[in-house]
Parts: sequence; structure tokens; C-alpha cells
Amino acid sequence: MNSWANIMAIVKRELGGYFTSPIAYVFLVIFLLLTGFFTFTVGNFFERGEASLVSFFTWHPWLYLFLVPAVGMRLWSEERRLGTMELLLTMPVTTWQAIVGKFLASWLFLALALVFTFPVAVTVNWLGNPDNGVIFAGYVGSLFLAGSYLAVSCMTSAMTRNQVISFIVSVLICLFLILAGYTPVTDLLTRFANPRVVEVVAAFSVMTHFEGFQRGVLDIRDLVFFVSVIGFALFTTGVIIRNHRAG
Amino acid sequence: MIRVENLTKAFGPKLAVNNVSFTVERGEVLGFLGPNGAGKSTTMRMVTGFIPPTSGKITVGGHDMLENPLPAKRLLGYLPENAPGYADMTVHGFLSFAAELRGLRGAARKRAIDRVVEHCLLENVLYQTIDTLSKGYKHRTCLAQSLIHDPDILIMDEPTDGLDPNQKHDVRNLIKRMGENKAIIFSTHILEEVEAVCSRVIIIDRGRIVANGTPKELKARSPEGRLEDVFRAITLPDTVKAH
Ligand SMILES: Nc1ncnc2c1ncn2[C@@H]1O[C@H](COP(=O)(O)OP(=O)(O)OP(=O)(O)O)[C@@H](O)[C@H]1O
Ligand SMILES: [Mg+2]
Repeated sequence: MNSWANIMAIVKRELGGYFTSPIAYVFLVIFLLLTGFFTFTVGNFFERGEASLVSFFTWHPWLYLFLVPAVGMRLWSEERRLGTMELLLTMPVTTWQAIVGKFLASWLFLALALVFTFPVAVTVNWLGNPDNGVIFAGYVGSLFLAGSYLAVSCMTSAMTRNQVISFIVSVLICLFLILAGYTPVTDLLTRFANPRVVEVVAAFSVMTHFEGFQRGVLDIRDLVFFVSVIGFALFTTGVIIRNHRAG
Repeated sequence: MIRVENLTKAFGPKLAVNNVSFTVERGEVLGFLGPNGAGKSTTMRMVTGFIPPTSGKITVGGHDMLENPLPAKRLLGYLPENAPGYADMTVHGFLSFAAELRGLRGAARKRAIDRVVEHCLLENVLYQTIDTLSKGYKHRTCLAQSLIHDPDILIMDEPTDGLDPNQKHDVRNLIKRMGENKAIIFSTHILEEVEAVCSRVIIIDRGRIVANGTPKELKARSPEGRLEDVFRAITLPDTVKAH
């Protein structure tokens, strides 16, 4: 119970940090404007003539590619730059609690951003009769997708005290997670490489696993994939922090 | 309360701390002296559990810092070098956060915050964010954080750095008073400070303890009875190569 109290104290501090600066509001506005733009303009939401959120969710892997690292880049790099890491980790808190607390706070923040997209869901329900189960699955998938990117950003932010570097490295890793299973890329690859190999590589892509959610399929294997990415990235964060402390 | 045995820390080929041993009991104020880069901060970072030693043993209040860090850390209050703080938090928010991590809730937390705010004279800046504080206030905020749970053991890395003369005086008195029933380690470059507050002094040079005794004993080593002469005679600046 004590560890949960520590995690909650850290979650509270981090979330408070978002909302005392204008960054959170700027982020929310940009997120909502971009989702709107992609869904309704680029995604041809109305021209599709179908009551679904396909044009909304398809863009999420790309949208998050820049927005999620922007949220996660400061998580540990800021602690290193300010020297507060020394304070935090000499408190009666384990590194693991600090990592989970910081991750959860940012994930909650991203979940909040996602909640604010509810007008899109309301609109399809108003215009037609969408399958709300599919929409729900899409939201769950999107949340886990964001969580995976966020865990990667958490990891890169532990590597450096420089937020810009943290951001760039994080975008690159997330880009790999997209491209490994992005159809134009896999099509290209199958021309040069063994299709089996391409398939294995694609299994590491968020695209492959996000696709099911978009179709309304809640496959346990896709969930396991996202949870594994999160677990692995957070575990690596712990290793990086330990190595950094050892000097 | 604090027992350090054969503590060594290597950064690559460089030995920042080399086979250091000492103990501090309740009621003692131990002063760390030494030139820049001598290894004072590194030693403190190991004692507080921030960095793991290359070898050696650290016991805090009977708990092994390496095997069982949480109970050891609970007993400690720590003021790191340069007094870090979360830039975007208010002083009050920061102290609340520290109190919460120390397990203080509700009325106990409020009492703890009121107490350290009074001790460290922070009333005027309580709702100011830390990045807008002057250096001295920032330092006092971090000092307040280290005292929030009224710890039995205090470790302070240059606690009077950046304070005005009045504040330096107040902090010295605070350390001296608290030293009566706590175990305290603090580092400083101000030799008078050592004479004013310490019950014992350790001089570190290039990672090694080169002197350990009461301020009186150390002073007796110089013909004029000045601590500065002793310090200069037994330490070499970090820039001088060891032979
Ligand atoms: N993370 C690190 N990586 C590499 N070397 C380090 C690291 N931290 C400290 N050192 C080195 O260890 C030595 C001791 O440093 P330390 O900060 O302990 O000195 P100090 O006695 O506190 O000096 P000062 O009086 O300037 O604060 C220095 O030579 C420093 O460069
Ligand atoms: Mg130092």
C-alpha cells in the first residue's frame, strides 16, 4: 500500500506540473485541431458516407508520432537537468515507483486528450448508426498505442538531460514501430527480402496490432503486444537510470 | 547512526572516493572539508543512496543502504549540492510533495510544512514558483525539504552556499542546535563554519581521508593554531597530479 501511495504522490505532482504551465492547454488544443483536421479533411469523413470512425483512428499512429514524444520527452531529462533526480531517488521511493508514477501521469494526460475527442463519436452517432463497440475498441487501441509511444519516450528521456535529443530519438524509434508494419513499406520489403522475415519484422509494428482494434476486434494478442512494449520500455528506463547513477 | 566502511567509487579509471571509512553518532556534527573535486559530494551521494559505491559498506541507523535502502532512506534528510528543486512548482507545492513522499498526510503534513517554513523563513515566497526564487531562497527551500520529516540523520552538501551573512549565521545555528540530537554530516569550504558548528572534521583530498579529528585537534597541528594553514599543508588542488 505504501508503494501505491508513493506512486500516487508522483502522479499528482506530474499532472499538476502539466496544468500549471500553458503547455498542457496548448497540447490539448493542438491535439484536437489535428485530429479534427485529419478526420474531417484528409480522412474524408463525410464523403465516406459510412457511420464509423475509421478516418479518425487511422491517423492516430502518425499523429501520436510527434505529439506523444512531446509529452514524454521531459519526464526524466528534466529531472536530470534540474538535479531533482537526486532528491527524488534519495526519498524513500524505489526507482520503479518513480518510473511507474511518471508514466501513469502522462498516460492519464493523454487519456484525457482522447476523452476530449468525444464530439467526433457523438457526431457519427448523430449522423448515422455506427457500431459503438467498434468505436470503443478503437479508443482502447488508441490508448494503448499512445501508452507504447509514451513508454518509448520515457526511455529516451532517461538517456539524456536534453529534451530535444530525447524527443528526436523517441520519434525515430516510434517511426520504426510504425514503418515495420506499414503496408507500403512491407510491400516494398517483400520484393527484396524473404516474406517470412518481413512478416516477423511486421509483428513488431504497432500498425499490425492497432489494425485489429480499428476493426473492432479486441484480440488478447494485440493487447499483450502493447503491454509488452510498455513493460519492456519501462524496464529499460530503469536499467538506464541505474547505469546513469552508477556513473 | 552512520557507519561507512572502506567506501570506494571509481568513475572509469578515476578514483573519486578511495577507501573511506568513518562513523557519525547521534549528537555529532561531522564537517567535510576538502578542495574542489576531492570527493565530498560523491561520498554524500553514496551515503544517501543516490549512487552505488564501487565497493564498501554503508549502514544508516542499522540498515544497510545497499541491501535495504528504503528504511535507511526514511531516516535521512538530504540537501544535495546546488539545492535542486522542481522549477515549475511553488514552494508550498514542493514541500507538500516532499512531505507526502515522507508519508506525512493531512494535519501532520500541514504541521510539518508550517514548521520548516518557519525555520527556513519561507513565508514570503510560499506561493512563488521555484524558478523565480533568488539563489538563497532556492537553497532554503531545498533545506526545508530535507527537514520536513524531522529526520534523525541529516546530510547537507554545502548548506550555506549562496546565503547572505545573516542567513549563513542562522543556518549555522540551526545545524548546531539540531546537532544536539541528530547525526549530521555537512560539507563546506568555509573554515570558520567548521570551527563554529562541527564536533568533528574530516578532511578529504583526492578521494582519501587525510585528517580526522576535532577542530581543536586539527588546529593544534599548525604553529599558529589556524585551521587554514593545516588545510593548505595537507591538501593539494585537484589540478595537481598525484605522484
Ligand atoms: N558522474 C561522474 N562521472 C565522472 N566523474 C565524476 C562524476 N561525479 C563526480 N566525478 C568526479 O569525481 C571527483 C569528485 O567529485 P565531487 O563532486 O565528489 O567533489 P567535491 O569534493 O564535492 O568537490 P566540490 O568542492 O567542488 O563540490 C571529481 O574529480 C569529479 O570530476
Ligand atoms: Mg561537491
